[in-house]
Amino acid sequence: MVTENSHDHITVSSQLFIFSRECHLYIKPTESELELAKKIPPGASLHVGGFMGVGTPDRLVQALVELKIGELTIYCNDTGKPGAIGIAPLIHANLVKRVVTSHVGTNPETQQKMIDGELDVVLMPQGTLVECIRAAGAGLGGVLTRTGLGTVVAEGKQVVEIDGEQWLLEKPIRADFALLGCHRADYQGNLEYTLTATNFNPVMALAAEVVIAEPRSIVPVGVIPPDHVMTPGPLVDYLVSHPNAKR
Amino acid sequence: MNTSMVMEATETIQRRIAREIESGMLVNLGIGIPTGVTRFVTAEGVMFQSENGLIGTGAPMPEGMEDESLVDAGGGFVSAVPGAATIDSATSFAFIRGGHLDMTVLGGMQVNEQGQLANWMVPGQRVAGMGGAMDLVSGAKRVIVAMKHTAKGAAKIVPECSLPLTSIRRVSLIVTELAVIEPTEEGLVLVEHADYVSVDEVLSQTQAALIVSPDIKPMRLLG
Repeated sequence: MVTENSHDHITVSSQLFIFSRECHLYIKPTESELELAKKIPPGASLHVGGFMGVGTPDRLVQALVELKIGELTIYCNDTGKPGAIGIAPLIHANLVKRVVTSHVGTNPETQQKMIDGELDVVLMPQGTLVECIRAAGAGLGGVLTRTGLGTVVAEGKQVVEIDGEQWLLEKPIRADFALLGCHRADYQGNLEYTLTATNFNPVMALAAEVVIAEPRSIVPVGVIPPDHVMTPGPLVDYLVSHPNAKR
Repeated sequence: MNTSMVMEATETIQRRIAREIESGMLVNLGIGIPTGVTRFVTAEGVMFQSENGLIGTGAPMPEGMEDESLVDAGGGFVSAVPGAATIDSATSFAFIRGGHLDMTVLGGMQVNEQGQLANWMVPGQRVAGMGGAMDLVSGAKRVIVAMKHTAKGAAKIVPECSLPLTSIRRVSLIVTELAVIEPTEEGLVLVEHADYVSVDEVLSQTQAALIVSPDIKPMRLLG
């Protein structure tokens, strides 16, 4: 009996040891926004979180501008506002080739570039845009929606009849990179969002090859309670370090 | 039209729509005339949705007390009422399309005889984008159009929309400063008219055919 007990004890503690080592392996690389932006090649497609600049990864956007990474295809709810709100700095710096979005009305520069033929703007209903991104992240082949049926949005798209009802088929939207703004991250990449800064971010986290998150602060593992994690760490590849972090 | 008349038209529309809002409803208000409906709502327990992910939108915060992460769908800083919830955009639009939103009130440019709304684009002019309007009109349980009866003398309730449609779905109700019109299978039914205009005046300012309801009443306003 005594031998078995001590054997159990050894097994448990060695499992704990392995567990803590594995935790260590899952610590996510944390780098400055400039170092992380260098991973994005010209011509890449990007999901950029945020709604009118709220929940936008602003430092990553600025880093792309600083590095002049161009020919980008961007999926984003809106194109922000002049005054460095949302993805407006990328539009302003002529780094975007194509933008798929639901609203450009708050950025006259987007509208002007659209008229001048300098920027390819694809307008999509907001709910369809986010659901197509969700579908890509959830491994689904498309979205069937009533939104847009019989309107200009349906032009060139397939209409599917199911049990006598008509639905518009919208295809999944995946990107090379997802750039997310979040409230807090821990070093395993678990992300927490706040209030309406959540918006497209947790949906985009599932729908890109490489996911880069820009938290306002990075906290030790365990500080964010499991119930508060909206984007679990395994989805996140890189974290933008705090501006004051020693490099 | 002078400023006071413009104000009056807007307020008339808002006060009339406030009557449609019942206790406990979840309502999404569009930008413009619809936003001001909140001023006149007397029903209790009404929650307002902002499609960027807020259920329980409150009044704008006093300057200096804003939270940079709490905005409405127009990007303006707001508060959240006690009992509010925040959700991601996919869940927010599941609310809208999935039959969980009791009512949306939206501005309008044109409505046709089938009761279909055009409110997102004028060909040849700068395009803003549909935002959430197409999802709201296609998905909300009730769709109320809040608009002036005419624009610079031109009729907005027309046989066919010359502007691109927002949705092919028939809206539930059209409220203008002159009339309340209910689109039905048979056509547009004039159910109420403002007490300062006659039925004939409403008809003369409406290009689309209107069926005058046998129970037509004067418009009653809230607040």
